[in-house]
Amino acid sequence: MAQRRSYQFGSGLFILLGFAALAYLATQTTSIANFRQGDSYTLKARFTNVGQLKLRAPVKVAGVRIGSVESVDVDPSKLDAKVTLSIDKRYNEIPDDSSAAIFTSGLLGDQYVGIQPGGSPEMFKEGDEFVLTQSSMQLEDLIGKFLVNGSPSSKPADAGASGDHPSEPANPSSSKP
Amino acid sequence: MSAQPKKGAFSGIADAIVQVGACSLFLLQVLAAIPASFRHFRETVRQIWFTGAMSLVIIMTCGLFVGMVLGLQLYYVLSIFGGTAALGTVVSLSLYRELGPVVTALLFAGRAGTSITAEIGLMRATDQLSAMEMMAVDPLAYVAAPRFVAGVIAMPLLACVFNALGIFGAHLVGVSWLGLDNGTFWSNMTSSVDVWKDVINGVWKSVAFGAVVSLIAVFQGYTTAPTSEGVAYATTRTVVFSSIVVLALDFVMTAFLM
Repeated sequence: MAQRRSYQFGSGLFILLGFAALAYLATQTTSIANFRQGDSYTLKARFTNVGQLKLRAPVKVAGVRIGSVESVDVDPSKLDAKVTLSIDKRYNEIPDDSSAAIFTSGLLGDQYVGIQPGGSPEMFKEGDEFVLTQSSMQLEDLIGKFLVNGSPSSKPADAGASGDHPSEPANPSSSKP
Repeated sequence: MSAQPKKGAFSGIADAIVQVGACSLFLLQVLAAIPASFRHFRETVRQIWFTGAMSLVIIMTCGLFVGMVLGLQLYYVLSIFGGTAALGTVVSLSLYRELGPVVTALLFAGRAGTSITAEIGLMRATDQLSAMEMMAVDPLAYVAAPRFVAGVIAMPLLACVFNALGIFGAHLVGVSWLGLDNGTFWSNMTSSVDVWKDVINGVWKSVAFGAVVSLIAVFQGYTTAPTSEGVAYATTRTVVFSSIVVLALDFVMTAFLM
């Protein structure tokens, strides 16, 4: 009897250890570790070009993650990209004149949505939309412009470089966070 | 079978086909016997203890060393490209997707598969299986199915333990010895490893490998020639066949699970 109990104890311990290892691998070493989704609210933003923005890409303010990209769709009538951002409830004091831009972490890293806070006393509420957005920087366009004549000014700013608001032609330094 | 004289290549191929067919039919028999084996649930638990819990030491030791070696080798290779920050990512992806399931399956075949074959082979050689049939105990349900089920349950758990220790070993080498930044190691890993595509993918692989290895082990023991030489051959064949099938199946599964 004692021996039977000992092997039952042993296999129980083994199975617990195995599942503990699986849980550790699944939660601590994967993207789930970055994915503590508490209560959140959604904001929308339109971009003319989202580049390589992926679902669950981080949304950052001042470089700190405050939420993630929930969906990326094409608006069938306007034919621009409609990005839904899911923001942590704790950060509910984002001024409603803030602007959203798509940045790249590092030169060739993943893309994320960066929010530049504005100065309005009104705050964003659930479902609000960013008025000011800036699309992702297309590295190929930049290289193309510099290859053609060394100066970006001769070519009108188009598709990749500007968003809803008229911005100056692509400025390479702003692609770095 | 092994005692037969050589009859040329054709009969060799025919023998191999016969083996494959017999093994597949045996798989169906074992699967059919699994419901009946629930009456001998204690036996299944004892087999999980024997094939799983008793294999932990070797699995953990090997996992630790494989992780440490990966840490050293990949650190060297990545440093050529100036990309040592990706060490955690590369180690974890190669462990989860490939090395964890495969190395665990090979160790499992050596540690647990051989003893299953030898045990059942000796039962066959000493007519214990026939004696069970005489007592109206189905040896498929009492001997074969519990060992098969235990292998299928134990393998993924062992592979997970192997992976966890591998990550620990790589962390030990990369961060503690070679001075990588701890935060970089983990954050690069967590940002590029996906639960379903990487971790669960590896778990499916190890479930399949567990089924294959324990099926081959039980089959070889069950069909062994009832002599001491036959048991010796059967044990060897278990290791050889399991290794080949695991590596071949690994390629096929990788291609499908991409």
